[in-house]
Amino acid sequence: MSQQDTSLERPGFRERHASQIRMWRLYIHTLRKSFTSMLGLVIVAFFLFLAAFGPQIAPYPEDAAGAIHMSQRLMPPSAEHWFGTDEMGADILSRIIVGARISLWIGLLITGIAALIGVPLGIIAGYRGGWTRAVIMRLTDLFLSVPGLVLALAIVASLGPGITNCVIALALVWWPGYVRLVEAKTLSVKEELFVESARSIGAKTPWILWHHILPNCLSPVIVKISLDIGMAILAAASLGFIGLGARPPSPEWGAMISVARSYMPDWWWYSFFPGMAIFLTVLGFNLLGDGLRDIFDPRSRDR
Amino acid sequence: MLTFTLKRLLALVGTMLGVAILTFFISNIAPGDPARLVAGQNATEDMVETIRVEYGLDKPLLTQLSIYLGNLAQGDLGKSIVSTRDVTQELASRIPATLELVFCAMGLGIIFGVTLGVLSAVWRDSWFDQAVRIFSISGVAIPAFWLGILMQLYFSVHMGWLPVSGRFPLVMAPPESVTGFYLIDSLLEGSLTKFWTSLSYIILPAIVLSLPCLASILRVNRSEMIEVLQSDHIVAARAHGLSQWRVICYYALKNALIPTLAIIGLRFGWMLGSTVLVETVFDWPGLGLYAVSSALSSDFKPVIGVTLVITFFFVLINMIVDLAYAWVDPRLRSAK
Repeated sequence: MSQQDTSLERPGFRERHASQIRMWRLYIHTLRKSFTSMLGLVIVAFFLFLAAFGPQIAPYPEDAAGAIHMSQRLMPPSAEHWFGTDEMGADILSRIIVGARISLWIGLLITGIAALIGVPLGIIAGYRGGWTRAVIMRLTDLFLSVPGLVLALAIVASLGPGITNCVIALALVWWPGYVRLVEAKTLSVKEELFVESARSIGAKTPWILWHHILPNCLSPVIVKISLDIGMAILAAASLGFIGLGARPPSPEWGAMISVARSYMPDWWWYSFFPGMAIFLTVLGFNLLGDGLRDIFDPRSRDR
Repeated sequence: MLTFTLKRLLALVGTMLGVAILTFFISNIAPGDPARLVAGQNATEDMVETIRVEYGLDKPLLTQLSIYLGNLAQGDLGKSIVSTRDVTQELASRIPATLELVFCAMGLGIIFGVTLGVLSAVWRDSWFDQAVRIFSISGVAIPAFWLGILMQLYFSVHMGWLPVSGRFPLVMAPPESVTGFYLIDSLLEGSLTKFWTSLSYIILPAIVLSLPCLASILRVNRSEMIEVLQSDHIVAARAHGLSQWRVICYYALKNALIPTLAIIGLRFGWMLGSTVLVETVFDWPGLGLYAVSSALSSDFKPVIGVTLVITFFFVLINMIVDLAYAWVDPRLRSAK
């Protein structure tokens, strides 16, 4: 008897999540309809694959670690070395493939840290209001009033060059954007009826923040993260190019171009292919981010 | 309008004070003893102590901050460790170079961004629109330093049309400094050769610097134009039999330009930041190159100086954009 009851009351997974499944199907449909978003997805998936299996698929994986073959210095693209070789005789294709992991990892770290700092601050600022909000927002505005790359440069100059400091600096530059976004969203969500009813039945503030405010802020944050990863990779490569980020034996793309510059006119392939890799990665994340924004925020479409 | 302007000016001063304090803290986050850093690795304990007293590093942090702000208010940014020259003087000699580059790039960005934006809105979904879309998406994603290198390779090395890098040939005397902008100074001097020479030097870096800005102006302008072109007053203007281009250029563009103005202000800061890269690639003797070379030799005072100056111009331009906004749209004056 009791067993029958539960089977009646507990429908299957599909029934229980019917509305979510419909929603996700709509998302997938919107994404697949847009050619540019699919292109972005393919490019991002391709580079994620390189990042995951880079050392296994690179033709000369030992070259990425700084192996030296003096007999093969600066060879043009050929059947053995598709993208040519650099001044140490290392295969540029292998270095680019292995470098994908560094670049994607940097991009994820920067945006991840920035979101971890920015989202809680934004929620607190939006929910608490008063002087807490005033202090947080003033600080945010202050960071936003310095052009990002210049601020990052100043921070790296103070901390000293290197890839870790480069990530720290760019994360410090990136968090204010998340505060702005989440604060605005929290301000509108906290006026909603479901927040008021949660409070009226005695829910504590942390519980409301975690179960009602945060989930509602999540989709714009995800969109922003996907758009920002590309720009963060670009910024990190820029610092690498200047000579303040990753250091040359490491196969970071920006640092590769930085070295390649001195071999420029005659050995064009040395700077061409790493730059192409940066360009495609950033392009992929931007296209994907645009597609995600179309899905989660239909009003912004066509912008 | 006057109170609005005054309020914005006050906010400008406040922001600059805040940024000055921020840079002070950034310069103090470095791990280790700053005095030892200045003295070098081989310095004896006595030498480090002397430097500590000389630079005021023995005083508490808050006292150091107030001394720093006091010096800043008098325009004293300290001396560069490497060149031992005054940072303020060095900055002053480099500001015109950077501004000339940024203004040229901004001009290119606005002219081409708005034109392409209008055209692709008018010919929406045509092949032209698609091509412009691909161009604008790529424009944001392309690494500026890499594009600069490619342009140098093609236009300077391969075709030999333009100089590779620098601002003016060393063998030629630069135009006499009036504004500090070579393009204007050479015209004031009446020397067309010098004008064309400086133009040939500035054109590549200006194009590279303008591209991301051009792309975002284009995108905003396109979507605004599409929205405006569907509004009632445009339909009415068309119904009255006004010509297509008169409607577009006069009635529609005027409304679409207001949101474009906001993106121009934002992008200006982005552009000032990118000078760091573009000036490095093209060896352009401006603020960005100064900041990079100083940062590479751990010379921190010039970096702070450049940060402050660039921030100042960014905040100033945004203030001007805000004022222009309020001037165009009176509702905003009371809102803030």
